[in-house]
Amino acid sequence: MIQVVLPAHLRTLARVQSEVSIEVQGPVTIRSVLDALELRYPMLRGTIRDHVTLERRPFLRFFACQEDLSHDSPDAPLPEPVAAGQEPLMIIGAIAGG
Amino acid sequence: MSRVRVLVGTHKGAFLITSDGRRQNWEIDGPHFAGWEIYHLKGSPVDPNRIYASQTSGWFGQIIQRSSDGGKTWETPGGGPQTAPGGMPAPASNKFVYDTSAETGKPLTTHQWYDGTQHPWEFKRVWHIEPSLHDPDTAYAGVEDAALFRTTDGGTSWHELPGLRGHGTGPKWQPGAGGMCLHTIVLDPSNPKRIFIAISAAGAFRTDDGGTTWKPINKGLVSNYIPDPKGEVGHCVHHVAMSPNKPGVLYMQKHWDVMRSDNAGDEWREVSGNLPTDFGFVIDVHAHEPETIYVVPIKSDSEHFPLEGKLRVYRSRSGGDEWEPLTKGLPQSDCYVNVLRDAMAVDTLDSCGIYFGTTGGQVYASSDSGDSWMPIASNLPAVLSVEAQTLP
Repeated sequence: MIQVVLPAHLRTLARVQSEVSIEVQGPVTIRSVLDALELRYPMLRGTIRDHVTLERRPFLRFFACQEDLSHDSPDAPLPEPVAAGQEPLMIIGAIAGG
Repeated sequence: MSRVRVLVGTHKGAFLITSDGRRQNWEIDGPHFAGWEIYHLKGSPVDPNRIYASQTSGWFGQIIQRSSDGGKTWETPGGGPQTAPGGMPAPASNKFVYDTSAETGKPLTTHQWYDGTQHPWEFKRVWHIEPSLHDPDTAYAGVEDAALFRTTDGGTSWHELPGLRGHGTGPKWQPGAGGMCLHTIVLDPSNPKRIFIAISAAGAFRTDDGGTTWKPINKGLVSNYIPDPKGEVGHCVHHVAMSPNKPGVLYMQKHWDVMRSDNAGDEWREVSGNLPTDFGFVIDVHAHEPETIYVVPIKSDSEHFPLEGKLRVYRSRSGGDEWEPLTKGLPQSDCYVNVLRDAMAVDTLDSCGIYFGTTGGQVYASSDSGDSWMPIASNLPAVLSVEAQTLP
């Protein structure tokens, strides 16, 4: 199971408490994790990536294993500890305004 | 005894403020959706427990929330967990995609940008939700960049009415300071196929066939800040109001000028009369007196606060031209708030209640048609919208 950490507002929206565990079929990439996340929690569609282009929303970033993966290809394999469920994929809201 | 529920959208959440029919003691419930901008929330006229809310965020985009119990609990329609992995995706209530199909839509055109160049249409948020007068599962959404969407399944899915954006004048539409928003939707109770909408800064439009085709209704508007002051489109209309008791009469607060139409928008005339300034955002009509209207004059073009620091509602009992200031209970010194375009509403009790909210977080109410006012909330986040429900 892949562990995903959501920003607080999206945890409220999805009605989950802490880390979300997601089962991913096939290669573990940003795209496959988000596909699985949105399948399990359809209310999150459009909140992390655009409905149409599927590009990351500009004020969100992806981190894992102390690395910024925001600008990596969505089809690039995620670090092995993430794929093994040992480290979470972190979806972080940019610190911007308020 | 009847009750009143005031729905308040703010910069940081939604609040429901309720009272019995005396409207002297109010209870505040909220914040709902804390931390999110709630541009608008409104209840269904045929099922007041059905409330729609537009929840938006610069980080996470657009969400539609729906309540079926008068705001006690909320859900994202169509947002529940799917049980069939690999199945077709469930509808997403927050999905607003412009119609570009060859059959019903047109290629996504461009509109005018602030500097006069052309700019592609980009969805940003829902400004206004107008529930149907007849069906609680049907509602209209006015969005930025300007377009009109409709749901017929309780907000689970939304589809554009592409005839408006495809009308042909789109390349001349331009954003106002708040963005290119479709902010006003008025449904005609005497004609279910007639809808009025308004866009900043394009103007007012009307459909007489349920939303398939639209025409601009801006004849008589004069806007000296655009290249053609009397143009077919390009006017910065701030809000339009209509009395359900007199559907052919429309009132408009334009960027400058308060206007009136007696023929469903075919022609307009200015009724600013003796107002101290004819700039403002809100305009509304008394629930029982179709010639009694309300505005809040605001100093502009850039200050956007009340003249002389005095918060005054102006009332006309003659459908415009002659106005009187209403000040009792409102701050008359050092008040520098704004009242935004969707932040005034009326109830339908015998003694009509008037409500408005400010960017300073106050919500004021009058239970006597504006003669006197009292704050029913004083320290909310900046108020973006106010709606009133009269409950049995």
